[in-house]
Amino acid sequence: MKYFPFSKEQQTDMLKTIGVEHISELFSAIPETIKIQGDLKIPEGTTEFTLQREVKAKSSCYPIDHISFLGGGSYRRFIPTAIAPVVNRAEFLTSYTPYQPEASQGTLQAMFEFQTLLANLTGMDAANGSMYEGASAAAEAVMMAARINPKKKNVLLSSAIHPEYLECIQTYLKYQDLTWELIPVLENGQTDLAALESAIDDNSLCSMLQIVNFYGVIEDQKKHGEIVSDKKVLNLALVIEMTSLGLIEAPGAFGADIVVGEGQSLGLPVSFGGPYLGVFAVKAKHIRKMPGRLSGQTVDTEGKRAFCLTLATREQHIRREKATSNICSNQQHCALSVTMYLSLLGKNGLKDLALMNYSKAKEAKEALAQVEGVTLRHITSHYNEFVIDLKKPALEIWEALDKKGILAGVPLVWFDEKDTHGLLVNLTEMNRAEDVTNLTAALKEVL
Amino acid sequence: MEIRIDLKYTKEHEWLLIEGSKATLGITDFAQSQLGDIVYVELPEVGTLFEADEAIGNIESVKAVSEIFCPVSGEILEINKDLEDTPETANSSPYDEGWMIKVKIHPGDLNDAELMDEEEYAEFVKAQG
Repeated sequence: MKYFPFSKEQQTDMLKTIGVEHISELFSAIPETIKIQGDLKIPEGTTEFTLQREVKAKSSCYPIDHISFLGGGSYRRFIPTAIAPVVNRAEFLTSYTPYQPEASQGTLQAMFEFQTLLANLTGMDAANGSMYEGASAAAEAVMMAARINPKKKNVLLSSAIHPEYLECIQTYLKYQDLTWELIPVLENGQTDLAALESAIDDNSLCSMLQIVNFYGVIEDQKKHGEIVSDKKVLNLALVIEMTSLGLIEAPGAFGADIVVGEGQSLGLPVSFGGPYLGVFAVKAKHIRKMPGRLSGQTVDTEGKRAFCLTLATREQHIRREKATSNICSNQQHCALSVTMYLSLLGKNGLKDLALMNYSKAKEAKEALAQVEGVTLRHITSHYNEFVIDLKKPALEIWEALDKKGILAGVPLVWFDEKDTHGLLVNLTEMNRAEDVTNLTAALKEVL
Repeated sequence: MEIRIDLKYTKEHEWLLIEGSKATLGITDFAQSQLGDIVYVELPEVGTLFEADEAIGNIESVKAVSEIFCPVSGEILEINKDLEDTPETANSSPYDEGWMIKVKIHPGDLNDAELMDEEEYAEFVKAQG
């Protein structure tokens, strides 16, 4: 479907037809006190030429040429050039919600392919057409668990989950009749599963584990799965670095009931935090409790393969206050980019990419551990990021390295004021071998 | 529309067959005709305890979802597993093969529940008509 603007005359015609004098009358239900009075304080329009010059001047203030080891939830990756021309076709770019299947087969098929890819990748039976982003998807997973098992009230969360995700989940929980409990982390950076086991009681609703956790440490999904399934606690898996599934076994294989995650690292730019993409996949038996939109495969009146929105009875326009899905939109454009990205990489390509990320991080870890004043915090397996502890405060070192053209990682003090010396270092395929050499050399100078 | 003489009816259009402390529960012929094609019936686990008027299940048709209520508190004894694969039975045979749940109840509680007999239910449906 295309988007058509309308003229002043058409606007007047429409208002006349419905018997309204001025467009402001349509908004009369909104109290005057919360309406914006007067004009929005934004500058007048400008020419394309002037605008380009202004944006270019502004962009030169940002460290785009720096060597980057930034990760911690957003991952700078190579995005194949072939993606943009396809996803930016007008049919996809400006298409509206595909309520009319007869006019939206392309959008619906793209959504269906996305769901299939993500269900395969997570090892689950079904995935929805995407959520807004990872953290709210994680919170929605907990809400869904509460719908599956309404009698249990306590949510168990690994404290090695990304702090911003934990904050988001807790914000949702505060307004529900649910409680939460944080499971501590062991010295090796893994979640303390023995502590989890003893925390479980008759009131335990679900347990969430970030399978490659905030510190880049690979968690023991197998043991987690065994503990929670024994006690009939719902198994929730969180994947923030989706490419890790090219190397690490899918949560579905360990009995996950719900898998949620952030799809940004599958072909979306980091772009100041958005738009990102929430991934949400479930076991078939839970599908009616799932939020979000679903495209399904069916046949048309001539018996030909066709697609339409399905299981819409979960959604708020049918089920009102009892809806399991108040999220009726999805990140379709981002989902399409992810679909393209995964199709271009293929199964083996994703495996190779994951292995490359793993090896690069492993080499960097070994090189950094040799530097005087640097210690590895967790002696264990990491995927593509890890924490180092610095002799001096990490933020001080980080700023010194920034001046040398290196974004050395994410100082953990940004998330926890007591964690003054930790630095989370990430590597992707974008990092060359000399980046690590430069980092170690620069660290030796400033430490 | 069929209304049976041996059953009790609720305002939510469920029927109950009461046999001492055991009751069988389903939806009425009127309810199934209003819902249209039933595509999914979600039933509770056997052994679940429930309060009066608590939603104990869901019926999904092509155009709506409605909940199943029991007018008195009790425990789930048995569920109609055949509805998992053939939910349309609730349309074709609402009073027989389309039964939904068997529950254990305290017969004394029924006095407080606002149950209708077949004549009252027929009036009730007519008034809704």
